[in-house]
Amino acid sequence: MANELAWKKPQREACPGVLMAPLRDPWFVLLLALAVLGVTWTATATTPAAVKLLWHWAPALLRGLGMNIQLSVLAMALGTVLGLFVGALSLSPSSLLRRLARGYVLAFRNAPILVLVYFTTYVFPFELSLASWRVPFPDWIKVVIGLGLPASAIVAEIFRGAIQSIPSAQWEAAQSLAFRRGQIFRMIVLPQCVRRMLPSWMNLYASITMSTSLASLVGVHDLVDTATIASNTVNRTDFTILIYFTLLALFFAYCYPIARWTRHLERRHAHH
Amino acid sequence: MRIIETAAKPASRAPLVSLRDVHLAFGDAEVLKGIDVDVGRGEAVSIIGPSGSGKSTILRCITGLLRPQRGAIDVDGVRVDALTTEAQFIGLRKRVGFVFQQYNLFPHLSVLENLVISPIKVAGQPRGQAVAQARELLAKVRMDHKESAYPGELSGGQQQRVAIARALALRPELILFDEVTSALDPEMVGEVLTVISDLVDDGLTCVLVTHEMRFAEEVSDTVYFTEAGRIVESGPPSRIFGSPDSDRTRAFLRRSAGAVARVSQPDPITEYLRFDPLRLAV
Repeated sequence: MANELAWKKPQREACPGVLMAPLRDPWFVLLLALAVLGVTWTATATTPAAVKLLWHWAPALLRGLGMNIQLSVLAMALGTVLGLFVGALSLSPSSLLRRLARGYVLAFRNAPILVLVYFTTYVFPFELSLASWRVPFPDWIKVVIGLGLPASAIVAEIFRGAIQSIPSAQWEAAQSLAFRRGQIFRMIVLPQCVRRMLPSWMNLYASITMSTSLASLVGVHDLVDTATIASNTVNRTDFTILIYFTLLALFFAYCYPIARWTRHLERRHAHH
Repeated sequence: MRIIETAAKPASRAPLVSLRDVHLAFGDAEVLKGIDVDVGRGEAVSIIGPSGSGKSTILRCITGLLRPQRGAIDVDGVRVDALTTEAQFIGLRKRVGFVFQQYNLFPHLSVLENLVISPIKVAGQPRGQAVAQARELLAKVRMDHKESAYPGELSGGQQQRVAIARALALRPELILFDEVTSALDPEMVGEVLTVISDLVDDGLTCVLVTHEMRFAEEVSDTVYFTEAGRIVESGPPSRIFGSPDSDRTRAFLRRSAGAVARVSQPDPITEYLRFDPLRLAV
């Protein structure tokens, strides 16, 4: 999978030199410009106060971003496991199980994510009592559940769609080659499903990642929460503007590569 | 090059496949209304007839993909219509290859993997042996230069040749061809028919459902003409195509392209078969 991460860049002829090649990448140029600006400010001791403050708050912001990433990864893991299970139920021969799965998907696909986050936070207890054990039930785990439930409904739909999109002729062909049912599912149907599901699954991950910003509303110390605290503490308009721009840039820096990779996978899928 | 090992045609007429009074209906639609077919060992049998006459359904019944409501299907002593367990069906399908109209290759596997997956996973062959045999089969269908390509990168004719090689991978005694050239562009039909005619020459037992009348006439030992779920007429190709008994057969052959070509001009497929230099090399 590692080489799938490497973007295929169109070959360019007549490059003046190897050193000049990165200059054609706009993202590299942007980073370089920021670095040059930073060095100039430091060298001439003219760094704006807001930037100095931002630098001061940077470690806290990055810790907050770490929380968002943690929430998104766990919510997606929960959503995937639950979603595959519900998706499998929706393909079951029993009409009762199918209807249950359908109800689950309907309920969670049509619930606003913010409502679900509030719901899990305030309806679930702050600690769980199991016999004499008292296990704390922190808010960030409740947010993982609040984001994981709608994710699971969407994963269930993606999975069901992928399974149903495999033509029945594939089953017939594998049957005529003397495969058992289980083998057909494992070796023929599932691998084709994974390829079909991957782009939508990654899209969902990017959107869940952006939804993790809702965690700040229920008191989880994520990136947005940290930025709000910083902005209130510093209490300067220019700093507030700068820090929210930084937030946008950080979310973009995390989600954009995922979107790029998704597009790359979609194109590759279209080829085969 | 003879990689399909089959006994020479035996004198005894114990058929490898026999269908007796086979009836099959999908709901109210009766598709087969009493089919009798016999396929001798090493024989090539063609089933011709208008679309919707039940030709493909007959093939699906022989390999147990469909179960008739009445009648008996016997493949080398196995009563296909009475099979119940998955293991029994697998035992049958190891001995019966099937080639589909739409090729149905596995799109996520390379050409070579399409060929080795069932020998390895179903027959439990060691990978090295399966790969060696797959390369031999690919050479036979002249696709050995494409073993690492994916099905989506191949033309229809190439995919169909790979599908034929895949159907041979379990070394079946019998192979069923279901309108294997109907989905192909005309210029690709010849390459696929050449491969099939090689297999027939090798003595593999084949049942062909086809619309290529000239081809059926050339390769078959016996031709069955079906219409509306019944066998109208059967016999050696010289009689079916030359002087059929039934008016319905005559009417069908008059309508079909191959028969028209026969009286007007040389058929391009026959020309291809005759002058294919690759074929002479084999």
